[in-house]
Amino acid sequence: MDPAAIYTRVRERFGDAIGELTGSGRTAGCTVAPARVAEVAAWLRHEPGLAFDCLSTLAGVDYPKRNVIQVVYVLYSYRARHWFTLRVDAPRDDPRVASVSGVWSAAEWHEREVFDLLGVHFDGHPDLRRLLMPEDWPGHPLRKDFVEPEEYHGIRTSRESLLKA
Amino acid sequence: MSLVNTAPEMALTGRIDDLLNWTRKSSLWYMLFGLACCAIEMMQTGGPRADLERFGMAPRATPRVSDVLIVSGTLTLKMALRTRLLYDQMPEPRYVVSMGSCANCGGLFQLAYSVCDGVDKVIPVDVYVPGCPPRPEALTEGLVKLQQKIQQERWLVRKTEPVGVRA
Repeated sequence: MDPAAIYTRVRERFGDAIGELTGSGRTAGCTVAPARVAEVAAWLRHEPGLAFDCLSTLAGVDYPKRNVIQVVYVLYSYRARHWFTLRVDAPRDDPRVASVSGVWSAAEWHEREVFDLLGVHFDGHPDLRRLLMPEDWPGHPLRKDFVEPEEYHGIRTSRESLLKA
Repeated sequence: MSLVNTAPEMALTGRIDDLLNWTRKSSLWYMLFGLACCAIEMMQTGGPRADLERFGMAPRATPRVSDVLIVSGTLTLKMALRTRLLYDQMPEPRYVVSMGSCANCGGLFQLAYSVCDGVDKVIPVDVYVPGCPPRPEALTEGLVKLQQKIQQERWLVRKTEPVGVRA
């Protein structure tokens, strides 16, 4: 099934929660309202003919000019062999997105990573802790306005170059 | 009462120190502390071709019985505090070998937000082995250098003026 056909079916089912069809190839897809993404994901997974049984990747992107943090879900169906991408725009000051870890358990660590690096809170996630950074790390390093602290528990986070300028 | 750092420099005490150091350097137990790709080369170094066991070295799973900590791989900030904890658990005298560019200075990942720029920011290091990753020959040479360093240490012989009441 091509992305346009998938989009038509999703749009028919969910109406206003779905934005326009954008992108091409594997990343062709649409935006979804943050609170409804879990519902849409469950439907996409179980709907006959769509059967998106694989969450290929889940990532976050920071768009400071639009004041948005976008969470991207790249979906694949092994049964139907087609791709589709969901994009969720969450406001930067308090990004809250419904968790899809109940739909694809692979999402659990991906969502933890996005929470760790971009500070997106996934409602309904069973164990939303930091994944890569230390537990007591301040801030979220992949945000464009992140400033790295000078020190962490007495460890300086920069090193002077040994090369003479 | 400890005899460490008490005796004057004499032929006899010097020879005893040599003997002690020879025994210590010939049975260095290293802690398995593989953090990244360098760990693969460290395993090779312990394997049959490079064969660390000919130096009496054996891998250990716990810091409490280890003499050497071979930090092999990228040290993240999350791991840095744990590394300090592990180092604190090792009995003295203890040694640290920093293996590979990442452990030396952060290497390729020096500017990354999650990486500690060198293990020497957390614990004191005895030998730095350069390379990305160092071949088993390089790590072997680093460990031989460490053995030379151990052989030159003085335990019985008084190195400094005794402090406090011990004199």
